Amino acid sequence: MNKTLKTAFVSTIPVMTGYLVLGFGFGIVMNSSGFDWWAALAMSLFIYAGSMQYVAIGLMTGGASLITVALTTLMVNARHLFYGISMLDRYKNTGKNKPYLIFALTDETYSLVCTDNPTIAPEQRNNYYFLVSILDQLYWVGGTLLGVAVGSLINFNSEGIDFALTALFVTVFVDQWLSSKKHGPALIGLGVSVLCLVIFGSDSFLIPTMLGIAVLLCIMKEGDGND
Amino acid sequence: MTDTYILLVIAVSALVTAAIRFLPFLIFNGSRSTPPIIDKLGKTLPYAIMAMLVVYCLKGVSFASLSSFVPSLLACAIVVLLHVWKRNTLVSIVSGTVCYMLLVQLVF
Repeated sequence: MNKTLKTAFVSTIPVMTGYLVLGFGFGIVMNSSGFDWWAALAMSLFIYAGSMQYVAIGLMTGGASLITVALTTLMVNARHLFYGISMLDRYKNTGKNKPYLIFALTDETYSLVCTDNPTIAPEQRNNYYFLVSILDQLYWVGGTLLGVAVGSLINFNSEGIDFALTALFVTVFVDQWLSSKKHGPALIGLGVSVLCLVIFGSDSFLIPTMLGIAVLLCIMKEGDGND
Repeated sequence: MTDTYILLVIAVSALVTAAIRFLPFLIFNGSRSTPPIIDKLGKTLPYAIMAMLVVYCLKGVSFASLSSFVPSLLACAIVVLLHVWKRNTLVSIVSGTVCYMLLVQLVF
């Protein structure tokens, strides 16, 4: 268990960096938008979806209706459907941890659990998934509280800090690219996303992109896959 | 903005997010075996989705002016080069983010 905790901690260090920074940024923005600390804490505990929490600040200050909140959440977070689909098998026998594992399946946690960690023994995998998930949320909540606290004390120019997220995904993409021989799925993802972004614009390209990726991956021949 | 409104927004957003995350597990649950097509999707999606997330993060990039694409694309290039060279995720992320922050705050 200790060895698993150590491995889990080491593999979450990149997410820790990203989450402390982004959670910190979220706390700062919540504070400067006039929200109490408990609202920031509740969002990081119960919504626990980075980009949606940033979007929600704008919705609340604009006084959006609850229907708008529901639809916007659906649009912004629809990509999480795919994480579930690709974790069905890995999370199959996770027992009592399963509800939390599913609840905590953020972009970043997914990027850590979606490919096998070779240093983890098969019988330790469930523990590893759980530790990675809970550590990630601790970083996120910790960063949020730190941001709220610091934001109420000093004026900090955090412009551009959200790039940490982009950088994290770029590194995972590069890792996946270098560790697999066939690049079909990665290229499909890249091509469809860019094409849909150009056609549909930045506000509404995610849904058509997901449909396009799903269709192309389904009709792709087995030999073009990654295994 | 009342506290009740804030709590309701948080509750709605949390419920919808959780519903999205739980849906695949509720549909393809337990005893029934997962259809082969979903199995195949599950194996290939991680690669495609990571590309989509990168594009999603860069969706604000436009070529209308230098300031709307140089900082993010330059910082991304730095992350890719550093990462291919060192394979150290922490170094790549921190360097890229610091470069980006300096670029948007001081240069552009």
